[in-house]
Amino acid sequence: MAPALVYARLTWREARRRRLLLALLILTLIMVAATSWGFSKLWDIRVQGRPPGAAFVRTTASQIMIVVAFMFTTVLGLSATVVSSPSVSGDLESGLALSMLARPVRRADLLLGKWLGFVVLVVAYSGGAALLEMLLVNWATGYMPPHPFAFVAFVSAVGITLVTLSMALSTRLSGLVGGVIALVAFFMSWMGGIVGSIGLALQNQPLIDAGAVTRFLVPADGLWRGAIWALEPSVVIATVRAAGPGAASNPFFAADPPPTLYLAWCAVWVLGLLALALWSLNKREI
Amino acid sequence: MTVPPGEAFGFLGPNGAGKTTAVKLLLGLAEPTSGEGWVLGRPLGDREARRRIGYLPELFRYQTWLSAREVLAIHCELAGLPRASWRGEVQAALEIVDLAGRAEDRVGTFSKGMQQRLGLGAALLGKPALVFLDEPTSALDPVGRHDVRQIINSLKERGTAVFLNSHLLTEVEMVCDRVAIVDHGRVVASGTLDDLLGGHAVRLRVTGLKPSERGSVSGFGEVDDDGEWITLRGLEPDRVPELVAELVRMGGRVYSVEPRHQTLEDRFLQLLGTK
Repeated sequence: MAPALVYARLTWREARRRRLLLALLILTLIMVAATSWGFSKLWDIRVQGRPPGAAFVRTTASQIMIVVAFMFTTVLGLSATVVSSPSVSGDLESGLALSMLARPVRRADLLLGKWLGFVVLVVAYSGGAALLEMLLVNWATGYMPPHPFAFVAFVSAVGITLVTLSMALSTRLSGLVGGVIALVAFFMSWMGGIVGSIGLALQNQPLIDAGAVTRFLVPADGLWRGAIWALEPSVVIATVRAAGPGAASNPFFAADPPPTLYLAWCAVWVLGLLALALWSLNKREI
Repeated sequence: MTVPPGEAFGFLGPNGAGKTTAVKLLLGLAEPTSGEGWVLGRPLGDREARRRIGYLPELFRYQTWLSAREVLAIHCELAGLPRASWRGEVQAALEIVDLAGRAEDRVGTFSKGMQQRLGLGAALLGKPALVFLDEPTSALDPVGRHDVRQIINSLKERGTAVFLNSHLLTEVEMVCDRVAIVDHGRVVASGTLDDLLGGHAVRLRVTGLKPSERGSVSGFGEVDDDGEWITLRGLEPDRVPELVAELVRMGGRVYSVEPRHQTLEDRFLQLLGTK
């Protein structure tokens, strides 16, 4: 097996042995069970004293699901950052990297292998949890988001950007410092997105520009908008669009997926940061 | 500095002298700012050379969540050993370092000494042509230290070069063929132990001789006259009776003749003190 894949497998095995996977599984099951129960209670709502119609329940479920997805994405981002921040620095500080990098392997094997291991973890977790949630919500309310796999892809991409940022910082900074910086960047990106939405509502160009710049600097929020779009039913999109720019500026609303050019930028951002991380790791003493 | 195959080379120096840094440079774990070197005929850090190198770092640490057997298997894989050989290599390494009974236990349950033994086992995988041991006995008890000496001797016998960083000079003296003493990043002395320790010496208690007469034996070696006691360095052992006869012939009364061997520690302190 290629050395990078050995590192990827070790990352996965560490998550399993340290019971990270078990903890995520239990927490996900609790979260999915609790939210599904909540969704099933939508049928108990009374509209002017009468039971709600299926269309009302599905539309309400779609909006609640976006809020649930927001919390899920936040948890995913936090978890990805906390787990990956000490991944390189921890090995360097403890001395674990010494005996392993003295073997006929490249430093790129360590970095890319661990990155790949985390990416698989992020995709497996977001895919498994999100699809389970959608299936149960569909069972409880009859609602299924229009683009479930696109949602998983966008949420996974948010996790991957944070893993990449954390690992790049981890080549030079301790897990604690790198983790704090990555989290601040994550939340700044989200706040930048809100600032951009406010700018859109007020038709204020500097605020719109500030939001756009933030999305380019750390693409977490831009990708999150893609996840919202993947959950948004067409009837909601049409209604909000008709209501004008004020309504469309809601930070929990996205009428369109991110442009292809922006997605290309996200890919360049991740690859560029990986290249920077590799350069940084290659230049330092182990 | 050259380390030939089948030789144990002791690399000594005070804290901060650059011993561990030198090993890291040789392994490609740190980049040299200047100078050059070859390991197993290849430039520093060469990956092909590293296939034939074993390394026990001073800061030894292994995955606490893996078993000893799993750690060694990972190292077999990273070392690029043929898959068919892994089982045999791992078992042999476990037996050499006396961890066969704990092979399935998690490394996290090991004492520091056991973890160091595991690191030594990892360094021996694949019968390397060169083994770097950085303070290999720092966490070991006397039995463990004895075992490490045996392992180093067996490595030498099979033609493996051993590069040993250690503060324990008596151990270096016991196993190393040659040594280098380094201070502030520079080698201040190197050679065989005999070269470094100045060969044989003898110390005699002699009375009844004038200082000039005592000095006249300088033809036997370097004289260190300390009153009744005279120390002669660089004297071959078979010339000692001749020396005693000469002193008696000059009218001296010889009370004591003691072979004297300068220890590596004496020489180490002398060299660093001089600096």
